[in-house]
Amino acid sequence: MALCDNMPAVVCRFPALSDSTIRGGRKVIDEGFKGLVRSYSSIIDAAVQPLQTFLNFLERLFVTSPWPIVLTVMLVVVYSCSRSQNVTIGTAAAMLFIGLFGLWNDAMVTLAMTTVCTLFAVVLGIPIGILMARFDRVQSFVNPVLDVMQTMPSFVYLIPVVMVFGIGKVPGMIAVVIYAIPPMIRLTNLGIRLVDREVLEAADAFGSSSWQKLKNVQFPLALPTIMAGINQTIMMSLAMVVVASMVGVGGLGKNVLGAINNQFFTVGFLNGFALVAIAIIFDRTSQAYGKRLQKHTEVVHG
Amino acid sequence: MASHAIEIRNLYKIFGPNGVDFIDRVKAGMSKSELNEKYGHVLGLQDINISMPAGGVMVVMGLSGSGKSTLIRHINRLIEPTAGEVLYDGVDVCRMNEADLRDFRRHKTAMVFQKFALLPHRTVIENTVYGLEIQGVPAAERQKRARHWIERVGLSGFENHYPNQLSGGMQQRVGLARALTNDADILLMDEAYSALDPLIRVDMQTVLLELQKELKKTVVFITHDLDEALRLGDKIAILRDGKVVQQGTGQEIVLNPADDYITAFVKEVNRGRVINVETIMTPLAGNPEGMPIAAGTVLEAAARAMTAANQTIAHVVDASNRPIGSIPLAAIIASMVTPAEHDQHAQAAA
Repeated sequence: MALCDNMPAVVCRFPALSDSTIRGGRKVIDEGFKGLVRSYSSIIDAAVQPLQTFLNFLERLFVTSPWPIVLTVMLVVVYSCSRSQNVTIGTAAAMLFIGLFGLWNDAMVTLAMTTVCTLFAVVLGIPIGILMARFDRVQSFVNPVLDVMQTMPSFVYLIPVVMVFGIGKVPGMIAVVIYAIPPMIRLTNLGIRLVDREVLEAADAFGSSSWQKLKNVQFPLALPTIMAGINQTIMMSLAMVVVASMVGVGGLGKNVLGAINNQFFTVGFLNGFALVAIAIIFDRTSQAYGKRLQKHTEVVHG
Repeated sequence: MASHAIEIRNLYKIFGPNGVDFIDRVKAGMSKSELNEKYGHVLGLQDINISMPAGGVMVVMGLSGSGKSTLIRHINRLIEPTAGEVLYDGVDVCRMNEADLRDFRRHKTAMVFQKFALLPHRTVIENTVYGLEIQGVPAAERQKRARHWIERVGLSGFENHYPNQLSGGMQQRVGLARALTNDADILLMDEAYSALDPLIRVDMQTVLLELQKELKKTVVFITHDLDEALRLGDKIAILRDGKVVQQGTGQEIVLNPADDYITAFVKEVNRGRVINVETIMTPLAGNPEGMPIAAGTVLEAAARAMTAANQTIAHVVDASNRPIGSIPLAAIIASMVTPAEHDQHAQAAA
């Protein structure tokens, strides 16, 4: 502090805006936003109503169906995607353990939520990624947005989401999709940009339209990268479903949150491991599926 | 389908963001190096004028960086010209709108690439139907036509293999089958055989020559190999630094190289396989002597026939078996070795 004694104040203390200015500005923004939300609340509610209904329906479908049916369907899906006995048997074992420890219903809620969120992220992410790959200007605009989405702590954007949509599944889902969509967009963009220029030139030389080029050349050749993006998106949705439990999404995440609040060591780990098991099932299945799509790259002339 | 000629007129290509701005200065004589050093633009092609024969093989030859791959991409406009015309059937390809150009590429041209450029996720047959598929030809029809050409290029039995499973030579056969299945008038071959082993390359040249005998397409073939150019080309244009240095038949180029650069090139050529007997025969004086040799026979074949028959003189006969000239074995041998002054020129050039 001795150094500061002989110096002008402006060098020693950062000349911040005065507290009252900041408070005033904050108030204006907060009030403005709240007012906006309040005046449009009925429209917003009506807009998200179908989504709400869909989410409720899916959750009920997963939870109320008899567990043997759900398990069978799950195993069929896992097997038909991965064509691997090991993955299928592992899935069966993991789900039976989850059931045994009384977490079946919670696991189903989480599963339903993750499935919907991943679907949304993929359906929204791939077209955005394609647009980014096609137009450099879209890329230069979307990239910084993705940077913000990936680095902004998820709790921060939960605030406006909750302000607009209230507490419940829809805001939870929106938060999860915002968190999970960047790798989908980025890897779609990257995959398409990495497609061999010579093959693209050949497609042009035969007179392909842009849509034919996308459908026949760019998308299939970018598929390994896109599959990696889907895999990442699934993992990130699962991770975020836990955080989203703070805004009213049920399932395993809610149990974890309760365990943190009450320092229930065992409950926390049980639910944590259940999440890990579901994550591994998703991961192995989607990776094996992606690999199967690429079987043509494995056979090499010898 | 009758084939049509391709006319390239006053074609210029300047690579760089403002190529058009420099076209007048280049036409006024600005050099390639000046353009590059002062303005950062690259002169790809300058003042190209070539008429490519209908139903014949036009070879464009040059070393890397000579602009030959740039030139062939102007014919189906994969590269936009800076100035000039590419006329096919009286229509300037460079002025077509997007739909017309796509149509032109679909129905009039087919291209074979140096690195094959096959779709790795599609099997041989799926690759071969590609051109027809994007034209919207029904599946059964395109399968039928693709199978025909797969068989013609000698790939029967490999229809359901992936490109990865095939050798380079076989992959290029797929490339050729894909181009031929399109049934287009113009066949563009961009260094199509340059990536292949020498033996397989000769093999593929034979395939092309045999197909061409019956198909009579207008083929544009790019190569850096003079032997390949001489073997395939009905007409050859030699490119250097984006300019045509010489064009003509193989014989014309070998016998009368335009400058030291081309002299150096043709020095290593096996002249006995390029020059025809009627080029060096002397007009018939008196009665035809010795054995008859058909016009169009190359010197090497003539020498072989004469040696086998133990003759030192022969006469050349035309298509209707009329004698048109005489040719002694000594003259044949003299023409088969590279002339001494060519050697000196070549050394001076090097």
